[in-house]
Amino acid sequence: MTLPGLLDTDAIRKDFPILQRLLHDGQPLVYLDNAATSQKPQQVLDALTSYYERHNANVHRGVHVLAEEATALYEGARDKVAAFVNAPSRDEVVFTKNASESLNLVANMLGWADEPYRVDRDAEIVITEMEHHSNIVPWQLLAQRTGATLKWFGLTDDGRLDLSDIERVITEKTKVVSFVLVSNILGTVNPVEAIVRRAQDVGAIVVVDASQAAPHMVLDVQALGADFVAFTGHKMLGPTGIGVLWGRHELLEDLPPFLGGGEMIETVSMSSSTYAPAPHKFEAGTPPIAQAVGLGAAVDYLNGIGMDAIAAHEHAITAYAVERLLEVPDLRIIGPGTAQDRGAAISFTLGDIHPHDVGQVLDEQGIAVRVGHHCARPVCLRYGIPATTRASFYLYSTPAEVDALVEGLHHVRRFFGAG
Amino acid sequence: MKLDSMYQEIILDHYRNPHGKGLRDGDAEVHHVNPTCGDEITLRVRLDGPVVADVSYESQGCSISQASASVLNDLLVGKSVGDAQQVQEAFLELMQSKGQGEGDEEVLEDAVAFAGVSKYPARVKCALLSWMAWKDATAQALAQRPE
Ligand SMILES: Cc1ncc(COP(=O)(O)O)c(C=O)c1O
Repeated sequence: MTLPGLLDTDAIRKDFPILQRLLHDGQPLVYLDNAATSQKPQQVLDALTSYYERHNANVHRGVHVLAEEATALYEGARDKVAAFVNAPSRDEVVFTKNASESLNLVANMLGWADEPYRVDRDAEIVITEMEHHSNIVPWQLLAQRTGATLKWFGLTDDGRLDLSDIERVITEKTKVVSFVLVSNILGTVNPVEAIVRRAQDVGAIVVVDASQAAPHMVLDVQALGADFVAFTGHKMLGPTGIGVLWGRHELLEDLPPFLGGGEMIETVSMSSSTYAPAPHKFEAGTPPIAQAVGLGAAVDYLNGIGMDAIAAHEHAITAYAVERLLEVPDLRIIGPGTAQDRGAAISFTLGDIHPHDVGQVLDEQGIAVRVGHHCARPVCLRYGIPATTRASFYLYSTPAEVDALVEGLHHVRRFFGAG
Repeated sequence: MKLDSMYQEIILDHYRNPHGKGLRDGDAEVHHVNPTCGDEITLRVRLDGPVVADVSYESQGCSISQASASVLNDLLVGKSVGDAQQVQEAFLELMQSKGQGEGDEEVLEDAVAFAGVSKYPARVKCALLSWMAWKDATAQALAQRPE
């Protein structure tokens, strides 16, 4: 089976040692849980090892060779990430430990800020019903602590944002609008422009959760028009423990720090301190150095293949997967039913066979999918289902893996006596 | 195949035809969820003197959690509270045995079929959901009793 637009997955898969693994008596691993985390190429593993074997030191303070090398590698990773998202300045890239921390950081900056940014009891915060819990709970906390009102966009039956009421949802009182660019549960790619335009009209800060976008498509923070963009390294071939918050320079300058500690200060006396300029102002304590270096290597790897080529590959695989999945009796896709404006995560239900049981029987065949509410429980409530099974693809996914999934699902139905 | 050790025929039978499902009168009601997978149960216990007179429930979840609630209903209704607690403890022990335990068939009857589930850490919580709910509801029902 070949489809137009596919990458040379035979070559790519050789770079990922884990994809050679055999499970349960020799079944090849079919890894379809990429929306949860991606696998890592040898190049990233080598960058981590060589960092620890040759350059390990703390950053930004030593005068010795290793400290200088470690600092250069860490700051070099910042340059790579800045270029990857087309940031106007490297100082706009803040390293965090994951997307959740990035989003919590923004929520806390806005909670402690002075006017005009301050979120207070008269303010409204706008999110959507398809957010990951990481882009819901920080805003709930902020609303509870400040007395602000939390509002959200609902969803249409086919898994898209319902923006029909946009003027009523985003109002003059709205201080911040935070939404997901690509949904991790529905796969929906959201219409950024319409939301950003309305938010800018009312002077609201725009935060974009790009956790499922950065790994899969060209991410250009300037073209997005947002004020903050969050994403996480481990879903884009990087290690765990490293995330990114991109923020517009003026905002990073104006907004207060959240965590205090070493690295983020200029001078400290017992009564007060002054802070380092951004991005260091937001990076208290020893940062995840090796992890940042690993993320830099992941960005190099992605650039080597090309984000346009990766997006085209995933689009082809997603279109094929949607078509083949709909052949399975009783299978209902939760989310857009075509590959149009859709990422490579496909959630579905299979008759009344519970996703947990679907996942278990697939696992027996070496097929790794995710089951549950995917940290987006409001979406399950919206569609009246307890959970979904989710298959999610990446640059190394093949049509043969889609076929294995479909065959596996037929087996699941036979196993539970549904066909 | 390894799967058959988890999905024993008895388990699948209980899953397809759950015993005692539906909410009826009770002395105490609890609602428990398994946050990792979204399985939920609302369970009521009715005591009649020293006896577990009824365990009724409404639940949503995978075959393991559904079958487990059905087996619980079979096993515990009609027993004295003390005996039922012993069965509950034996079941808990079996589920925590990491695939090592077989379970005492005298005590656990059909519930020994869940021995295979104990090998799968992600599924142990599914099997225990209704049993933990029962324990909680029973404690509440006992606590409400006039001395
Ligand atoms: C859309 C979305 N936002 C946020 C997150 C949180 O990422 P992390 O757990 O790395 O903080 C995820 C990942 O699970 C996600 O898919």
